[in-house]
Amino acid sequence: MGRLRKLLIPGVDKKLLVRDAVKTMPELTRRRFITAGTSLGALTLLTGCDVVDSSSAEELLKKVSKFNDAVQAWMFNPDALAPTFPESMITKPFPFNAYYGLDEAPEIAGADWKLEVRGLVDNKKSWTLDELYKLPQVKQVTRHICVEGWSAIGSWTGTPLRDFLNLVGADTHAKYVWFQCADKDGYNSPLDMRTALHPQTQMTFKFGDEILPRAYGFPMKIRVPTKLGFKNPKYVLSMEVTNDYKGGYWEDQGYNSFSGS
Amino acid sequence: MTSLAVSDHQAETATPAKVIQPVWVRMVHWVNAVAMILMIMSGWQIYNASPLFGFSFSSNITLGGWLGGALLWHFAAMWLLMVNGLIYLALGFATGRFRKKLLPITPAGVISDTKAALTFKLSHDDLSKYNSVQKLLYTGIIVVGVVIVLSGLSMWKPVQLHWLVSLFGGYDIARYVHFTCMALIVAFLVIHVALALLVPKSLRAMIIGR
Repeated sequence: MGRLRKLLIPGVDKKLLVRDAVKTMPELTRRRFITAGTSLGALTLLTGCDVVDSSSAEELLKKVSKFNDAVQAWMFNPDALAPTFPESMITKPFPFNAYYGLDEAPEIAGADWKLEVRGLVDNKKSWTLDELYKLPQVKQVTRHICVEGWSAIGSWTGTPLRDFLNLVGADTHAKYVWFQCADKDGYNSPLDMRTALHPQTQMTFKFGDEILPRAYGFPMKIRVPTKLGFKNPKYVLSMEVTNDYKGGYWEDQGYNSFSGS
Repeated sequence: MTSLAVSDHQAETATPAKVIQPVWVRMVHWVNAVAMILMIMSGWQIYNASPLFGFSFSSNITLGGWLGGALLWHFAAMWLLMVNGLIYLALGFATGRFRKKLLPITPAGVISDTKAALTFKLSHDDLSKYNSVQKLLYTGIIVVGVVIVLSGLSMWKPVQLHWLVSLFGGYDIARYVHFTCMALIVAFLVIHVALALLVPKSLRAMIIGR
């Protein structure tokens, strides 16, 4: 211990130290702190350049993210219902949001559009908008939460996706329903089957009792109130029931695919 | 020689053998420091994706490069912060440290110690005893730490933990609470580091224990 103390306070008059540790220590310890501060700064620089951007750190973070998915799946009830709100709480105007401007949003002619159904389903027939509109619809007012942090309450009306999946004879033991969309650069997103079968997950045809406007995904959007906004594809062209993880527009760039709220 | 021997002897006896900061406190303190800095820097990057106020944080002081990267950092460092924080709270209560070190806090004590501190008359002879200002700040920052975690959880899982969101008065308010707690922690950090520099032996105690 004595040797350690000498190492810690080299060159300090011991008498002074004994008489008044407070007076002698500050300068020395301050000097030590500056040294420590310098190395801490160097570490920050390192983490700024070498560690953070290095692929090894990225790989580690992705592993933690996968681990988080597993923990969340184990910890939380996937059938938990998203809170619903009175219509008076609807956010007006409801924000348009995409990785492109509104003028670049897909313009789809409803009469020509057909929903393509592929993969592990009994009936692979494509559906026209008129056919889809005839399916029983429900309205729900829920909160849309964006991965960016903002949120907005909206009113969405449509057919529960699980009813449609049953109707087309989908293999509901498959892992995913994968959606492809008309957004520029080809938006797509996978939805885990459990969430696809969630009672509030909806094939949406109306926003605020009006036919879904172009800004919000005409002719069809998938509304998933238990997931972040980017897991709610708009301008849907096709759905595929599959056991393969096919990735997604944002998922491939690093947003967590679970992204359940 | 004789005098040196005497002073040596005095040095032995004058330096108390008692540990000011036990090893578990020092460990959770520094792990927390790292976790906190990672959480704050990645949190600033996340904030930038949709700022609550009319400013953004410079990319020089954020972590993750973009929202997706920052979220990965935030939800990885979250484990470090949570596990370490729970260990701290459990040991703090179990060992009686919170009760012995942080209580009681009286308004009169805080006022007189604040005056003494501002006039540089506050005694730091016995670092094992916290003065009233320290007690208030340390207790306060523990509370802020709990609130920032709870508000963070309610933003992370607003469906699963909707009761927690309600407790904060809604999702949007939880965001402001989360931000405010961050601001309080950063303010604490500035004061905490400044005071540690003014009384460096307290810093030494947090590194080597005495």
